[in-house]
Amino acid sequence: MADEALFLLLHNEMVSGVYKSAEQGEVENGRCITKLENMGFRVGQGLIERFTKDTARFKDELDIMKFICKDFWTTVFKKQIDNLRTNHQGIYVLQDNKFRLLTQMSSGKQYLEHASKPTGTAEVHPSQETAEKHEDILATSTVDSCLCW
Amino acid sequence: MSRQANRGAESKKMSSELFTLTYGALVTQLCKDYENDEDVNKQLDKMGYNIGVRLIEDFLARSNVGRCHDFRETADVIAKVAFKMYLGITPSITNWSPAGDEFSLILENNPLVDFVELPDNHSSLIYSNLLCGVLRGALEMVQMAVEAKFVQDTLKGDGVTEIRMRFIRRIEDNLPAGEE
Repeated sequence: MADEALFLLLHNEMVSGVYKSAEQGEVENGRCITKLENMGFRVGQGLIERFTKDTARFKDELDIMKFICKDFWTTVFKKQIDNLRTNHQGIYVLQDNKFRLLTQMSSGKQYLEHASKPTGTAEVHPSQETAEKHEDILATSTVDSCLCW
Repeated sequence: MSRQANRGAESKKMSSELFTLTYGALVTQLCKDYENDEDVNKQLDKMGYNIGVRLIEDFLARSNVGRCHDFRETADVIAKVAFKMYLGITPSITNWSPAGDEFSLILENNPLVDFVELPDNHSSLIYSNLLCGVLRGALEMVQMAVEAKFVQDTLKGDGVTEIRMRFIRRIEDNLPAGEE
């Protein structure tokens, strides 16, 4: 059983490590984000494999998204997604009002001054985030990795 | 009712799996980025150090342990309080050196290596080296310079995982210039 504080610190260190060891131009061309995404992808795959061993097959996309928003998010982030919206054409917007990986930074003014300002919907993945506004994160998630099941 | 109880145990197991899997992804990425195992070991140690210097604050805030008077007390606190709090395991302390400045932490099971196998071409990789960095960084923040290294590793075929801790010296507080 690993404590949450340890996981948060490990996560911080991973993000900072990737950016520190980035070579020339990698920050701009998004290579750092890709690296973090890839790490998150492996973690997500491993978790889902073990978590859904005994659950029934998902009926459709919406079922998968509900699973992600309730069971999966609760297990990983100890709370459910606060709001799920969809256009019924493959785009889902998951809203978490208190994203656990960022609450330490977002609950005071010290870091928010340096956070990037929102231009629209930000893509959030379990391994890397950009803070949008105080404790309000919008995540767009595609369903690709879940459709394997 | 039983479904809820299952979920509770599952979610606890899951959060440890989340950590294990995340750590695994990190080591995998580092192995891709750095060509040789030595560099990966160094990088893990450095990252562990950065984590340790912040973890100690969380630890002191939550555990209410007072100042340790000697290295033996420190060893006890590390094994019985810190490891239990953060990794849910209680390593045993053995092999004290005659001078009392070195001891071994024996971990029967290491949560970082659940489901992990070392491939043959990474035989000199110290997979859990992050732990050594964490111990070093955390203790440095409480004025102790120590060295931590793995001497046995279940990933390499040993029966247990053993971390050897060596006390180097006490770090004196440096007063800022002009404040003598």
